Amino acid sequence: MTARVRMIMFAVGAGGLAALLLWGLGGLPAFGHFNGAYALLIDHLSVPQRHATDAVTAVNFDYRAFDTLGEEFILFTSVAGLAVLLREQRSERARPSDAADSEHRFQGSSFALRALTVMLVGPIVVLSLYVDSHGALTPGGGFQGGVVGAAGLLLVFLGGGYLAMRRLSPHGAVESAEAAGAAGYALVGLGGMIFASAYFQNFLELGTPGQLLSAGTIPLSSMAVGLEVTGAFVLLWSEFLDQALVVRSR
Amino acid sequence: MSLPYLVAAWLLLVGLYGIVSSHNLIHMVVCLSIVQSSTYVLLLSIGYRSGAAAPIFADIPVGSRAVDPVVQALTLTDVVVEATVVALLLAVAVQAHKRFGTLDPAELNPLRG
Repeated sequence: MTARVRMIMFAVGAGGLAALLLWGLGGLPAFGHFNGAYALLIDHLSVPQRHATDAVTAVNFDYRAFDTLGEEFILFTSVAGLAVLLREQRSERARPSDAADSEHRFQGSSFALRALTVMLVGPIVVLSLYVDSHGALTPGGGFQGGVVGAAGLLLVFLGGGYLAMRRLSPHGAVESAEAAGAAGYALVGLGGMIFASAYFQNFLELGTPGQLLSAGTIPLSSMAVGLEVTGAFVLLWSEFLDQALVVRSR
Repeated sequence: MSLPYLVAAWLLLVGLYGIVSSHNLIHMVVCLSIVQSSTYVLLLSIGYRSGAAAPIFADIPVGSRAVDPVVQALTLTDVVVEATVVALLLAVAVQAHKRFGTLDPAELNPLRG
């Protein structure tokens, strides 16, 4: 099929899709006038019922915690799939190139820039733990905090070098952390079965709304997911960086 | 019809156009992520209520007018799914480049390699 025929076919299809979309979107409640009953319920119940001031996190890690389990394992399996896709082929061998070992990969980056990058690693990891643990109180939670934490480790690569990042986060340790996070979240759910009555039922003391240790199992779930997401993203990035810097064809 | 819905429809269509007309697999993956971002815009704009605050009841009283937290949680799921899809597709692009020496989808001939 030539590019021209393909574009004509696309134009016809896209025209139909656009018409259907406009028809469908026209049937939605006008912007700003949504009145979802479920949303109103959550807005009124998340504080009195779960002592969680962030309603979004209360939905994620409590009201629909089971869905989040699926979401978390989508990430887990996709990272496993990525590792399989990017495994060392028969025609390849792992040999760090000179670039991987050199002090920095980016031409023209000054010492001050690299020093600042490395200095930021600590604060960013702390920020990630803060976002993880305060998910029930303010915007945040395990997914967001996890990505922030992985970004902290990526800064080691940007400021120091790839092998420095690998030394700080060896594959085995990152894989274990990821698996521990994923398993930890599933175990919080199991705790609900053992100490309460149903999978992912909130079984811990709810505490005072607005305090760090409040909202029962939500901070615990959030920390577990944070660990898993950090591990998953560090693994994902190092698989790609391996391709660029370490894996060579024979 | 209100503007945010039109933005969502536009992002979906322009992303699809990008996928169809793309000459580079990486560019194609970025276009797919634009298609997915149309769903974030749609979800968040459905949940918006005019004059409402964020659904964080730390500094506003419980029962204040707030936007829909359920679609926001759904958007979070959506973002995670996008990240995984993009990661897997980029890995496929890396392997396609190794095998065929090109990233142009038109030149990925299944009979070669």
